[in-house]
Amino acid sequence: MGFQYLRDVATLELDIDKCTLCGMCTKVCVHGVLAVDGNGVRILDKDACMECGACAMNCPAEAVTVRAGVGCSWAIFRDWFRRSGDSGEGDIQCDCS
Amino acid sequence: MDEKATWFRGWMETSIGRVARISTHMGLRDTLGGCRVRWGIRRMHYHVPAGLYAVGQPTPESPVLVTANYKLSFDLLRRELSGKDLWLLVLETFGINVWCAAGKGTFGTTELINRVQKVQLDKLVKHRTIILPQLGASGVAAHQVKKATGFRVKYGPIRAHDLPSFLSNGQKASEENRRIHFTIWDRLVLTPMELVGAWKPSLVILLLVFIIGILSGQDFSLQGALSRSVSPALIYLGALLMGSFVTPILLPWIPGRAFSLKGAQIGFLWAFAVSLTLSSTWSLGSMIALFLIAPATAAYFAMNFTGCSTFTSLSGVQKEMRIAVPVIILSIVSGGVALLLGNLL
Repeated sequence: MGFQYLRDVATLELDIDKCTLCGMCTKVCVHGVLAVDGNGVRILDKDACMECGACAMNCPAEAVTVRAGVGCSWAIFRDWFRRSGDSGEGDIQCDCS
Repeated sequence: MDEKATWFRGWMETSIGRVARISTHMGLRDTLGGCRVRWGIRRMHYHVPAGLYAVGQPTPESPVLVTANYKLSFDLLRRELSGKDLWLLVLETFGINVWCAAGKGTFGTTELINRVQKVQLDKLVKHRTIILPQLGASGVAAHQVKKATGFRVKYGPIRAHDLPSFLSNGQKASEENRRIHFTIWDRLVLTPMELVGAWKPSLVILLLVFIIGILSGQDFSLQGALSRSVSPALIYLGALLMGSFVTPILLPWIPGRAFSLKGAQIGFLWAFAVSLTLSSTWSLGSMIALFLIAPATAAYFAMNFTGCSTFTSLSGVQKEMRIAVPVIILSIVSGGVALLLGNLL
């Protein structure tokens, strides 16, 4: 119920040793997944992560990593069909117009 | 530049040449155009030229907002800016909205850097800040833009509607304005594209239903085939509507997390409603087929709404599909077998 999607799947990782506490990741996240508290940045709610990649993209220290992509069944269908041709792990990209 | 465009309000002379001034008023043609593209009609031809625009009477001190060149995005932004004096930098996103273009990389670091340099923004304004919509962040690395252009990227609120309060509040977005929502209205305006997208496969399915209607009759008459096709066709269209319209609307209130599971439940209710009205005339095989195929069809269409939603992840949808797609195929195939056996035996 509500707007919670599947649990324990998000690929978001935070390397606290690299973090410079700039707080950019907390500003760009649309789901409030990351937050700065007294000791540093923390992953508050990993299951709310939609893997949009904004945090990793805007982290100057490369402390945040995530396998970014679109949570879209059409993009994944296309990837399945494409991959039947070659075995490489390609980017799963939105092809909406 | 099309001087007859609805938003064009003349030219403004600046230190870097003349800049088009735009209106903050949304006319009937803008509103109708927005409705049209929501139905997918000529949606890929709905854009404004990339470049610099002026709102009101901006000065070298005025803020610079950055947006995509999808006209619907451009309209929703400019109508929130009445009474403001500022610059608008429109990126070339090929008629795609900010969030989707950021995902594709067209609303991206490279395009932003190139556009800032191309319009000579550093000669136009005295400050060194550009305001981007927060949803653009998945395509733009703020620190790289700063390094390449000297401009600091500031992420504004998610919704254009919250820009006035952002601007008057010392350019600070509240926590609330940084969170994405998915209101019933947000979901409703996305459903027409779902129906439009389902149109082509639906034609094939309806044709298949009709062919089965011809083959299953004794007489091969067109009228007999048509009358036999009506119920299955309506049941299919109902299941389609359950998956691509009713499920998105009721999304947060349907139990479960996977979209296909939500759609299957609504599809089951549809099958139940159909069975109440038709049960007296239907064979057991047809009844089993109904309860296998209708929920599977609705589940499939509901699953396709994942791409429209604001909270599904790539890893999540991959996991959902690894389970849902085989189950959907199995349900439809077994439904077909039940239908066949029920009518042959």
